[in-house]
Amino acid sequence: MYAIEIKELTKKFKDFTAVDGLSLEINDGELFALLGVNGAGKTTTIKMLSCLLKPDSGDALLLGKSIVSEPAKVKQIINVSPQETAVARNLTVRENLELVAAVYGSDKKAAVTHAQNMIEAFDLTQCASKKAKTLSGGTQRRLSIAMALISEPKILFLDEPTLGLDVIARRELWSAVRKLKGKVTVILTTHYMEEAEELSDRIGIMSKGKLRAVGTAEELTRSQNAKNFEEAFVNIATQGGDAV
Amino acid sequence: MKRMLAFSSRNVKEMLRDPLTVAFGIGFPVAVLLLLTAIQSNVPVDLFNLEKLTPGIAVFGLSFVSLFSATLISKDRSTSFLMRLFASPLSSVDFILGYTLPMLPIAIAQSVVCFGVAMILGLTPTLNIIKVLIVLLPADILFIAIGLLVGSIFNDKQVGGLCGALLTNLTAWLSGTWFDLELVGGAFKTASYALPFARAVDASRLALSGGQGVFTHLVWVIGYAAVVMVLAVLAFRKKMNGENR
Repeated sequence: MYAIEIKELTKKFKDFTAVDGLSLEINDGELFALLGVNGAGKTTTIKMLSCLLKPDSGDALLLGKSIVSEPAKVKQIINVSPQETAVARNLTVRENLELVAAVYGSDKKAAVTHAQNMIEAFDLTQCASKKAKTLSGGTQRRLSIAMALISEPKILFLDEPTLGLDVIARRELWSAVRKLKGKVTVILTTHYMEEAEELSDRIGIMSKGKLRAVGTAEELTRSQNAKNFEEAFVNIATQGGDAV
Repeated sequence: MKRMLAFSSRNVKEMLRDPLTVAFGIGFPVAVLLLLTAIQSNVPVDLFNLEKLTPGIAVFGLSFVSLFSATLISKDRSTSFLMRLFASPLSSVDFILGYTLPMLPIAIAQSVVCFGVAMILGLTPTLNIIKVLIVLLPADILFIAIGLLVGSIFNDKQVGGLCGALLTNLTAWLSGTWFDLELVGGAFKTASYALPFARAVDASRLALSGGQGVFTHLVWVIGYAAVVMVLAVLAFRKKMNGENR
């Protein structure tokens, strides 16, 4: 069984088709990167898969559970780190983590333990008692991802996790994401070629709502006879034509 | 229930850790009470007797509760924090109760502080004050519902204008707190009594004085509270289903 099985997923906003008949399978424990230029349909896809947006047609099964008919069950096994940093600003790092643990059903004692584990795993010990609003952008993002992982999701959606971060903060976050490989199925959307190449097992390239190509960075580069992955991406993202 | 309580606990912390909330929520109504009492001691005006003034200020203070709750919700909506929670197992009922329930003790505490200060200034302590706090409960719910409704529809800047300026002024002008509505009369008085603010003030004044007819006014406040709460729940659920479109 695939961890994620997407079948002809489509979403329209009035006359604009944001996602157009997307079909894709993602393996258990795989880190899959969705690449595309702005408006390609990446975030809309993530929002449908995380039950934030209802598809107009099609469906997706997450560990066998339908996003259309079983959203409550899907929400129990997923977590999301949204594009913008999503933290409660006046709560401390520890309180933010305990809040999310409790929202996903942990009792007080378990929430405290899970929060401490995340604080250690994401190197947040120094700032555990600081309010989220006082943290740097990079630390807020690390907290945001720790909040997404505290519920021990089977499937994790990371929407542009390093957007706007400096190179050091980005590298630190990559290191945290790399540790998830094989343990959690991750769909990561990004604008950065280097990030997709560095982190993902496979890459899907979207343009104008359609999935244009799927493969490893190497496979995609070879398929386009390109000098590097960036050139392959530009070829695929701009060529249009049929979806895979 | 456990999930909702965790969410509501966060909302309490988020509000009470904002110094402006405490300053305006508690400080401003108390400052107005002190100011008008000082005026009353120099130029006696019947309307500014503590027995009449305190219920009016208590209702006026509730407009800040709307502002806090609307600001919290609209700020949550403007960041991705609410998106994160919408993707969690929290239900729409958890959200609505999580936003509204913590506001109730804050609203009651605000009224208690208001009457506490009034007693220091000379209001006779009677059991009727407890009765007023009970009579104010539908008004508490009404103002919380207004906050939920406005916060679900508008952004945080618009909320500042609507609740911070419009609602506080409506509550002030149309409640009969600052001037006697009988003296203005006509359409102004009719409009004031068609809205819940003057009704809430009159019900509280009657409860404080031990007078009859509290429920005649209270039924208007209960009606408005029920209607606005239903509208607020519908607006929030609509946002929850289509927030990210």
